[in-house]
Amino acid sequence: MALAERILQGDIRAAARLMRDVDDGFSSALPELKALYPYTGKAYLIGITGPPGAGKSTLTDQITASFRKRKKRVGIVAVDPTSPFTGGAILGDRIRMNRHADDEGVFIRSLATRGALGGISRSTGEVVNIMDAMGMDIVIIETVGVGQDEIDIVRMAHTTAVVMVPGLGDDIQAIKAGILEIADVFVVNKADREGADRTARELSMMIEMGSRKEGEWLPKVMKTEACRGIGVEELVAEFETHRDFLFASGVMNMFTEDKNSAVFSEMLKERLFKAVYDRLLNNGELNRIVKGMGTRSVDPYSAVEGVLHSSLVHEGSESA
Amino acid sequence: MAERKLRILVGKPGLDGHDRGAKVVARAFRDAGLEVIYTGLHQTPEQIVSAAIQEDVDCIGLSILSGAHNTLLPRVCDLLKEKKADDISVFCGGVIPEDDIPGLKKAGLKEVFTPGTSTEDIVAWVKANVG
Repeated sequence: MALAERILQGDIRAAARLMRDVDDGFSSALPELKALYPYTGKAYLIGITGPPGAGKSTLTDQITASFRKRKKRVGIVAVDPTSPFTGGAILGDRIRMNRHADDEGVFIRSLATRGALGGISRSTGEVVNIMDAMGMDIVIIETVGVGQDEIDIVRMAHTTAVVMVPGLGDDIQAIKAGILEIADVFVVNKADREGADRTARELSMMIEMGSRKEGEWLPKVMKTEACRGIGVEELVAEFETHRDFLFASGVMNMFTEDKNSAVFSEMLKERLFKAVYDRLLNNGELNRIVKGMGTRSVDPYSAVEGVLHSSLVHEGSESA
Repeated sequence: MAERKLRILVGKPGLDGHDRGAKVVARAFRDAGLEVIYTGLHQTPEQIVSAAIQEDVDCIGLSILSGAHNTLLPRVCDLLKEKKADDISVFCGGVIPEDDIPGLKKAGLKEVFTPGTSTEDIVAWVKANVG
Protein backbone atom coordinates (compact mmCIF):
# COMPACT_ATOMS: atom_id res chain seq x y z
CA MET A 1 0.00 0.00 0.00
CA ALA A 2 1.27 3.47 -0.80
CA LEU A 3 2.47 5.64 2.07
CA ALA A 4 -0.27 8.24 1.55
CA GLU A 5 -3.00 5.66 1.86
CA ARG A 6 -1.45 4.22 5.03
CA ILE A 7 -1.11 7.72 6.51
CA LEU A 8 -4.79 8.41 5.93
CA GLN A 9 -5.55 5.19 7.79
CA GLY A 10 -3.56 6.44 10.76
CA ASP A 11 -0.25 4.60 10.22
CA ILE A 12 2.36 6.53 12.24
CA ARG A 13 5.37 4.80 10.72
CA ALA A 14 4.20 5.63 7.19
CA ALA A 15 3.86 9.30 8.16
CA ALA A 16 7.29 9.35 9.77
CA ARG A 17 8.83 7.72 6.70
CA LEU A 18 7.21 10.12 4.24
CA MET A 19 8.49 13.05 6.32
CA ARG A 20 11.94 11.61 5.97
CA ASP A 21 11.59 11.04 2.23
CA VAL A 22 10.54 14.69 1.89
CA ASP A 23 13.41 15.90 4.07
CA ASP A 24 15.92 13.84 2.10
CA GLY A 25 14.53 15.12 -1.21
CA PHE A 26 13.41 11.72 -2.52
CA SER A 27 11.41 12.09 -5.72
CA SER A 28 9.28 9.13 -4.58
CA ALA A 29 7.67 11.50 -2.06
CA LEU A 30 6.01 13.57 -4.79
CA PRO A 31 3.14 11.24 -5.72
CA GLU A 32 2.44 10.71 -2.01
CA LEU A 33 2.29 14.46 -1.36
CA LYS A 34 0.00 14.85 -4.35
CA ALA A 35 -2.31 12.18 -2.94
CA LEU A 36 -2.36 13.82 0.51
CA TYR A 37 -2.87 17.40 -0.68
CA PRO A 38 -6.69 17.21 -0.87
CA TYR A 39 -6.74 16.16 2.80
CA THR A 40 -4.74 19.16 4.01
CA GLY A 41 -5.71 22.73 4.89
CA LYS A 42 -7.73 21.80 7.97
CA ALA A 43 -5.20 22.17 10.79
CA TYR A 44 -4.64 25.44 12.60
CA LEU A 45 -0.96 26.38 12.44
CA ILE A 46 0.79 28.17 15.28
CA GLY A 47 4.35 29.46 14.93
CA ILE A 48 6.63 29.86 17.94
CA THR A 49 9.76 31.88 17.28
CA GLY A 50 12.31 33.89 19.24
CA PRO A 51 15.97 33.91 20.26
CA PRO A 52 17.84 30.78 21.45
CA GLY A 53 17.12 29.93 25.06
CA ALA A 54 13.97 32.06 25.27
CA GLY A 55 11.96 28.98 26.25
CA LYS A 56 10.28 28.13 22.95
CA SER A 57 10.40 24.35 23.49
CA THR A 58 9.18 24.54 27.08
CA LEU A 59 6.38 26.86 26.01
CA THR A 60 5.49 24.52 23.12
CA ASP A 61 5.32 21.66 25.62
CA GLN A 62 2.91 23.63 27.85
CA ILE A 63 0.78 24.86 24.95
CA THR A 64 0.50 21.25 23.78
CA ALA A 65 -0.62 20.14 27.25
CA SER A 66 -3.27 22.86 27.22
CA PHE A 67 -4.64 21.82 23.81
CA ARG A 68 -4.63 18.17 24.93
CA LYS A 69 -6.88 19.14 27.85
CA ARG A 70 -9.28 20.45 25.21
CA LYS A 71 -9.06 17.10 23.37
CA LYS A 72 -7.29 18.61 20.38
CA ARG A 73 -4.77 16.48 18.49
CA VAL A 74 -1.44 18.28 18.25
CA GLY A 75 1.42 17.98 15.79
CA ILE A 76 4.74 19.61 16.60
CA VAL A 77 7.50 20.45 14.13
CA ALA A 78 10.62 21.48 16.01
CA VAL A 79 13.52 22.90 14.02
CA ASP A 80 17.13 23.07 15.20
CA PRO A 81 20.23 24.15 13.27
CA THR A 82 22.45 21.99 11.08
CA SER A 83 26.21 22.39 11.46
CA PRO A 84 27.51 24.19 8.36
CA PHE A 85 30.78 22.30 8.78
CA THR A 86 29.77 18.67 9.22
CA GLY A 87 26.12 18.61 8.11
CA GLY A 88 25.31 17.03 11.46
CA ALA A 89 22.82 18.35 13.99
CA ILE A 90 21.74 17.92 17.57
CA LEU A 91 17.98 18.11 17.66
CA GLY A 92 17.26 18.76 21.31
CA ASP A 93 13.79 20.30 21.40
CA ARG A 94 12.30 16.97 22.44
CA ILE A 95 14.07 17.15 25.80
CA ARG A 96 11.43 19.65 26.91
CA MET A 97 8.43 17.90 25.41
CA ASN A 98 9.05 14.18 25.37
CA ARG A 99 6.47 13.61 28.11
CA HIS A 100 3.98 13.79 25.22
CA ALA A 101 5.85 11.12 23.22
CA ASP A 102 3.60 8.23 24.20
CA ASP A 103 0.38 10.26 23.98
CA GLU A 104 -1.32 9.06 20.80
CA GLY A 105 -2.87 12.47 20.29
CA VAL A 106 0.54 14.10 19.84
CA PHE A 107 3.09 13.65 17.05
CA ILE A 108 6.46 15.37 17.39
CA ARG A 109 8.98 15.64 14.60
CA SER A 110 12.42 17.24 14.91
CA LEU A 111 13.91 18.76 11.76
CA ALA A 112 17.35 20.16 11.04
CA THR A 113 17.63 23.36 8.99
CA ARG A 114 19.99 21.71 6.47
CA GLY A 115 21.29 25.04 5.27
CA ALA A 116 18.00 26.96 5.07
CA LEU A 117 18.30 30.43 6.54
CA GLY A 118 14.75 31.57 7.28
CA GLY A 119 14.37 29.86 10.67
CA ILE A 120 12.70 26.69 9.36
CA SER A 121 13.81 23.88 7.05
CA ARG A 122 12.83 23.65 3.39
CA SER A 123 10.79 20.56 4.24
CA THR A 124 8.79 22.22 7.03
CA GLY A 125 5.76 23.10 4.88
CA GLU A 126 5.44 19.53 3.62
CA VAL A 127 5.93 18.00 7.07
CA VAL A 128 3.17 20.30 8.36
CA ASN A 129 0.93 19.14 5.50
CA ILE A 130 1.55 15.50 6.38
CA MET A 131 0.55 16.19 10.01
CA ASP A 132 -2.50 18.03 8.71
CA ALA A 133 -3.47 15.00 6.63
CA MET A 134 -2.91 12.79 9.70
CA GLY A 135 -5.79 14.68 11.27
CA MET A 136 -3.94 16.95 13.68
CA ASP A 137 -6.21 19.81 14.78
CA ILE A 138 -3.30 22.04 15.73
CA VAL A 139 0.24 22.04 14.34
CA ILE A 140 2.83 23.99 16.31
CA ILE A 141 5.93 24.98 14.39
CA GLU A 142 8.89 25.86 16.58
CA THR A 143 11.60 27.68 14.64
CA VAL A 144 15.32 27.56 15.34
CA GLY A 145 16.50 30.20 17.77
CA VAL A 146 16.34 33.30 15.62
CA GLY A 147 18.03 36.67 15.66
CA GLN A 148 16.38 39.50 13.82
CA ASP A 149 15.73 38.50 10.27
CA GLU A 150 14.52 34.90 10.11
CA ILE A 151 10.87 35.39 9.36
CA ASP A 152 9.77 32.54 7.07
CA ILE A 153 7.45 31.36 9.83
CA VAL A 154 5.04 34.25 9.33
CA ARG A 155 4.05 33.00 5.86
CA MET A 156 3.46 29.51 7.19
CA ALA A 157 1.66 29.91 10.52
CA HIS A 158 -1.80 31.38 11.03
CA THR A 159 -0.79 32.77 14.40
CA THR A 160 2.84 33.65 15.15
CA ALA A 161 4.06 34.10 18.70
CA VAL A 162 7.39 35.85 19.21
CA VAL A 163 8.92 34.75 22.50
CA MET A 164 11.22 37.23 24.20
CA VAL A 165 12.97 37.20 27.55
CA PRO A 166 14.06 40.04 29.83
CA GLY A 167 17.49 41.50 29.40
CA LEU A 168 18.13 41.15 25.68
CA GLY A 169 18.50 44.79 24.82
CA ASP A 170 17.11 48.27 25.15
CA ASP A 171 14.03 49.82 23.60
CA ILE A 172 15.86 50.60 20.35
CA GLN A 173 16.10 46.86 19.70
CA ALA A 174 12.33 46.84 19.97
CA ILE A 175 11.78 49.35 17.17
CA LYS A 176 14.11 47.69 14.68
CA ALA A 177 12.69 45.81 11.73
CA GLY A 178 12.50 42.05 11.57
CA ILE A 179 11.04 39.44 13.86
CA LEU A 180 9.38 42.02 16.09
CA GLU A 181 7.18 43.02 13.17
CA ILE A 182 5.78 39.55 12.59
CA ALA A 183 4.21 38.82 15.96
CA ASP A 184 0.49 38.27 16.37
CA VAL A 185 1.23 37.72 20.04
CA PHE A 186 4.29 38.73 22.02
CA VAL A 187 5.34 36.51 24.87
CA VAL A 188 7.67 37.71 27.59
CA ASN A 189 8.77 34.38 29.02
CA LYS A 190 10.72 33.86 32.24
CA ALA A 191 8.47 36.59 33.60
CA ASP A 192 9.72 35.98 37.14
CA ARG A 193 13.08 37.42 36.16
CA GLU A 194 14.19 40.93 36.84
CA GLY A 195 13.36 43.30 34.01
CA ALA A 196 10.37 41.34 32.72
CA ASP A 197 7.95 44.19 33.32
CA ARG A 198 10.27 46.59 31.57
CA THR A 199 10.61 44.30 28.54
CA ALA A 200 6.83 43.94 28.38
CA ARG A 201 6.39 47.71 28.65
CA GLU A 202 8.91 48.41 25.88
CA LEU A 203 7.18 45.94 23.59
CA SER A 204 3.80 47.52 24.36
CA MET A 205 5.21 50.96 23.57
CA MET A 206 6.62 49.70 20.30
CA ILE A 207 3.21 48.29 19.36
CA GLU A 208 1.46 51.54 20.27
CA MET A 209 3.93 53.57 18.21
CA GLY A 210 3.03 51.70 15.04
CA SER A 211 0.31 53.15 12.85
CA ARG A 212 -2.58 50.75 12.52
CA LYS A 213 -5.63 50.98 10.36
CA GLU A 214 -9.11 50.59 11.74
CA GLY A 215 -9.97 46.92 12.20
CA GLU A 216 -6.37 45.70 12.09
CA TRP A 217 -5.12 43.15 14.58
CA LEU A 218 -3.33 44.64 17.58
CA PRO A 219 -0.79 42.22 19.09
CA LYS A 220 -0.93 41.77 22.83
CA VAL A 221 2.03 41.29 25.14
CA MET A 222 1.57 38.25 27.36
CA LYS A 223 3.77 37.23 30.28
CA THR A 224 4.53 33.57 30.95
CA GLU A 225 6.66 31.33 33.12
CA ALA A 226 6.72 28.34 30.81
CA CYS A 227 8.55 25.98 33.16
CA ARG A 228 5.80 26.40 35.77
CA GLY A 229 2.95 26.68 33.28
CA ILE A 230 2.04 30.19 34.42
CA GLY A 231 0.27 32.34 31.83
CA VAL A 232 -0.10 29.46 29.37
CA GLU A 233 -3.90 29.16 29.49
CA GLU A 234 -4.17 32.90 28.86
CA LEU A 235 -1.76 32.57 25.93
CA VAL A 236 -3.74 29.75 24.37
CA ALA A 237 -6.92 31.80 24.82
CA GLU A 238 -5.20 34.65 22.97
CA PHE A 239 -4.29 32.25 20.12
CA GLU A 240 -7.99 31.44 19.88
CA THR A 241 -8.95 35.10 19.91
CA HIS A 242 -6.54 35.70 17.04
CA ARG A 243 -7.91 32.76 15.10
CA ASP A 244 -11.47 34.06 15.56
CA PHE A 245 -10.31 37.48 14.37
CA LEU A 246 -8.74 35.98 11.23
CA PHE A 247 -11.98 34.28 10.27
CA ALA A 248 -14.32 37.11 11.27
CA SER A 249 -12.31 39.82 9.50
CA GLY A 250 -11.74 37.91 6.27
CA VAL A 251 -7.97 38.17 6.78
CA MET A 252 -7.84 34.37 6.72
CA ASN A 253 -8.80 34.26 3.05
CA MET A 254 -6.09 36.76 2.15
CA PHE A 255 -3.55 34.87 4.23
CA THR A 256 -4.38 31.58 2.55
CA GLU A 257 -4.23 33.09 -0.92
CA ASP A 258 -0.87 34.75 -0.25
CA LYS A 259 0.50 31.56 1.23
CA ASN A 260 -0.66 29.39 -1.66
CA SER A 261 0.80 31.84 -4.12
CA ALA A 262 4.13 31.82 -2.25
CA VAL A 263 4.18 28.02 -2.05
CA PHE A 264 3.53 27.72 -5.77
CA SER A 265 6.10 30.31 -6.85
CA GLU A 266 8.76 28.84 -4.54
CA MET A 267 8.17 25.38 -5.96
CA LEU A 268 8.17 26.68 -9.52
CA LYS A 269 11.37 28.61 -8.89
CA GLU A 270 13.09 25.58 -7.43
CA ARG A 271 12.01 23.15 -10.14
CA LEU A 272 12.69 25.55 -13.03
CA PHE A 273 16.12 26.39 -11.70
CA LYS A 274 17.01 22.76 -11.18
CA ALA A 275 15.84 21.74 -14.64
CA VAL A 276 17.80 24.51 -16.36
CA TYR A 277 20.88 24.22 -14.16
CA ASP A 278 21.14 20.44 -14.49
CA ARG A 279 21.02 20.79 -18.29
CA LEU A 280 23.83 23.38 -18.25
CA LEU A 281 25.84 21.16 -15.96
CA ASN A 282 25.41 18.08 -18.13
CA ASN A 283 26.01 19.66 -21.54
CA GLY A 284 29.14 21.49 -20.44
CA GLU A 285 27.64 24.93 -20.97
CA LEU A 286 28.06 25.86 -17.29
CA ASN A 287 31.75 25.10 -17.43
CA ARG A 288 32.14 27.19 -20.61
CA ILE A 289 30.37 30.17 -19.02
CA VAL A 290 32.42 30.06 -15.81
CA LYS A 291 35.70 29.73 -17.76
CA GLY A 292 34.63 32.59 -20.01
CA MET A 293 33.92 34.80 -17.03
CA GLY A 294 37.44 34.08 -15.82
CA THR A 295 38.98 35.50 -19.02
CA ARG A 296 36.27 38.19 -19.24
CA SER A 297 35.28 36.90 -22.69
CA VAL A 298 31.82 36.12 -21.31
CA ASP A 299 29.85 38.37 -18.99
CA PRO A 300 27.29 36.79 -16.59
CA TYR A 301 24.51 39.13 -17.73
CA SER A 302 24.63 38.03 -21.36
CA ALA A 303 25.21 34.41 -20.34
CA VAL A 304 22.02 34.36 -18.24
CA GLU A 305 20.09 36.06 -21.05
CA GLY A 306 21.39 33.44 -23.47
CA VAL A 307 20.42 30.58 -21.17
CA LEU A 308 17.00 32.10 -20.60
CA HIS A 309 16.41 32.52 -24.31
CA SER A 310 17.57 29.04 -25.26
CA SER A 311 15.70 27.43 -22.32
CA LEU A 312 12.43 29.10 -23.18
CA VAL A 313 12.86 28.31 -26.88
CA HIS A 314 13.89 24.80 -25.87
CA GLU A 315 10.83 24.33 -23.65
CA GLY A 316 8.63 25.84 -26.37
CA SER A 317 9.94 23.60 -29.13
CA GLU A 318 9.54 20.58 -26.91
CA SER A 319 5.88 21.23 -26.29
CA ALA A 320 5.22 22.21 -29.91
CA MET B 1 18.95 10.13 -6.44
CA ALA B 2 19.00 11.92 -3.14
CA GLU B 3 20.95 10.44 -0.26
CA ARG B 4 19.59 9.22 3.06
CA LYS B 5 20.74 11.25 6.00
CA LEU B 6 21.46 9.01 8.99
CA ARG B 7 19.26 9.83 11.97
CA ILE B 8 19.91 8.50 15.45
CA LEU B 9 18.13 8.85 18.78
CA VAL B 10 20.34 9.26 21.83
CA GLY B 11 18.69 9.05 25.20
CA LYS B 12 18.89 7.88 28.75
CA PRO B 13 16.34 5.38 30.02
CA GLY B 14 15.39 5.21 33.66
CA LEU B 15 16.36 7.15 36.67
CA ASP B 16 20.08 7.77 36.52
CA GLY B 17 21.05 11.40 36.19
CA HIS B 18 24.48 11.14 34.60
CA ASP B 19 24.17 12.42 31.05
CA ARG B 20 27.70 13.52 30.31
CA GLY B 21 28.51 10.34 28.41
CA ALA B 22 25.33 10.59 26.34
CA LYS B 23 26.15 14.21 25.49
CA VAL B 24 29.72 13.38 24.47
CA VAL B 25 28.50 10.59 22.20
CA ALA B 26 25.70 12.78 20.76
CA ARG B 27 28.26 15.43 19.96
CA ALA B 28 30.52 12.86 18.27
CA PHE B 29 27.61 11.77 16.04
CA ARG B 30 26.87 15.38 15.17
CA ASP B 31 30.49 15.90 14.18
CA ALA B 32 30.28 12.77 12.04
CA GLY B 33 27.42 14.40 10.10
CA LEU B 34 24.48 12.56 11.65
CA GLU B 35 21.23 14.10 12.78
CA VAL B 36 20.95 13.30 16.47
CA ILE B 37 17.61 13.44 18.23
CA TYR B 38 18.56 13.93 21.84
CA THR B 39 15.77 13.12 24.28
CA GLY B 40 17.70 13.67 27.47
CA LEU B 41 17.25 12.14 30.90
CA HIS B 42 14.63 10.00 32.62
CA GLN B 43 12.99 8.43 29.60
CA THR B 44 10.68 5.46 29.84
CA PRO B 45 11.12 2.68 27.26
CA GLU B 46 7.69 3.66 25.90
CA GLN B 47 8.76 7.27 25.37
CA ILE B 48 11.99 6.18 23.70
CA VAL B 49 10.23 3.85 21.28
CA SER B 50 7.48 6.34 20.39
CA ALA B 51 10.05 9.06 19.79
CA ALA B 52 12.17 6.74 17.63
CA ILE B 53 9.16 5.89 15.48
CA GLN B 54 7.94 9.47 15.11
CA GLU B 55 11.45 10.62 14.21
CA ASP B 56 12.02 7.68 11.83
CA VAL B 57 15.55 7.09 13.14
CA ASP B 58 17.87 4.35 11.89
CA CYS B 59 19.03 3.45 15.35
CA ILE B 60 18.73 4.13 19.04
CA GLY B 61 21.76 4.64 21.26
CA LEU B 62 21.02 4.34 24.97
CA SER B 63 23.31 5.37 27.77
CA ILE B 64 22.78 3.66 31.08
CA LEU B 65 24.80 3.80 34.27
CA SER B 66 22.16 2.91 36.83
CA GLY B 67 22.46 -0.85 36.82
CA ALA B 68 18.91 -1.29 35.51
CA HIS B 69 20.11 -2.28 32.04
CA ASN B 70 18.80 -5.86 32.26
CA THR B 71 15.28 -4.53 32.80
CA LEU B 72 15.07 -1.39 30.68
CA LEU B 73 17.04 -2.29 27.57
CA PRO B 74 15.24 -5.56 26.70
CA ARG B 75 11.97 -3.69 27.26
CA VAL B 76 12.95 -1.18 24.53
CA CYS B 77 13.69 -4.06 22.14
CA ASP B 78 10.38 -5.79 23.01
CA LEU B 79 8.38 -2.61 22.43
CA LEU B 80 10.03 -2.11 19.05
CA LYS B 81 9.02 -5.65 18.09
CA GLU B 82 5.50 -5.04 19.37
CA LYS B 83 5.20 -1.94 17.18
CA LYS B 84 6.77 -3.74 14.18
CA ALA B 85 9.68 -1.33 14.30
CA ASP B 86 12.48 -3.75 15.11
CA ASP B 87 14.27 -2.73 11.92
CA ILE B 88 15.48 0.15 14.13
CA SER B 89 18.66 -1.16 15.75
CA VAL B 90 19.45 -0.56 19.40
CA PHE B 91 22.88 -0.30 21.00
CA CYS B 92 23.95 0.86 24.40
CA GLY B 93 26.86 2.20 26.35
CA GLY B 94 27.52 2.36 30.04
CA VAL B 95 28.73 0.51 33.06
CA ILE B 96 27.65 -2.97 32.09
CA PRO B 97 29.25 -6.11 33.56
CA GLU B 98 30.77 -8.52 31.03
CA ASP B 99 28.46 -11.27 32.25
CA ASP B 100 25.35 -9.30 31.29
CA ILE B 101 26.39 -8.64 27.70
CA PRO B 102 25.38 -12.02 26.16
CA GLY B 103 21.93 -11.73 27.72
CA LEU B 104 21.46 -8.19 26.39
CA LYS B 105 22.50 -9.24 22.90
CA LYS B 106 20.10 -12.13 23.06
CA ALA B 107 17.36 -9.67 24.02
CA GLY B 108 18.00 -7.77 20.80
CA LEU B 109 20.77 -5.24 21.47
CA LYS B 110 23.08 -5.04 18.49
CA GLU B 111 26.11 -3.84 20.44
CA VAL B 112 27.18 -2.99 23.98
CA PHE B 113 29.94 -0.44 24.57
CA THR B 114 31.66 -0.44 27.93
CA PRO B 115 33.78 2.26 29.62
CA GLY B 116 36.96 3.17 27.77
CA THR B 117 35.46 2.83 24.28
CA SER B 118 36.50 5.76 22.05
CA THR B 119 33.84 7.86 20.35
CA GLU B 120 35.55 7.08 17.04
CA ASP B 121 34.86 3.38 17.56
CA ILE B 122 31.19 4.02 18.34
CA VAL B 123 30.73 6.26 15.29
CA ALA B 124 32.54 3.74 13.08
CA TRP B 125 30.32 0.94 14.36
CA VAL B 126 27.16 2.91 13.61
CA LYS B 127 28.32 3.82 10.13
CA ALA B 128 29.22 0.21 9.38
CA ASN B 129 26.16 -1.45 10.86
CA VAL B 130 23.26 0.96 10.51
CA GLY B 131 21.29 2.52 7.65
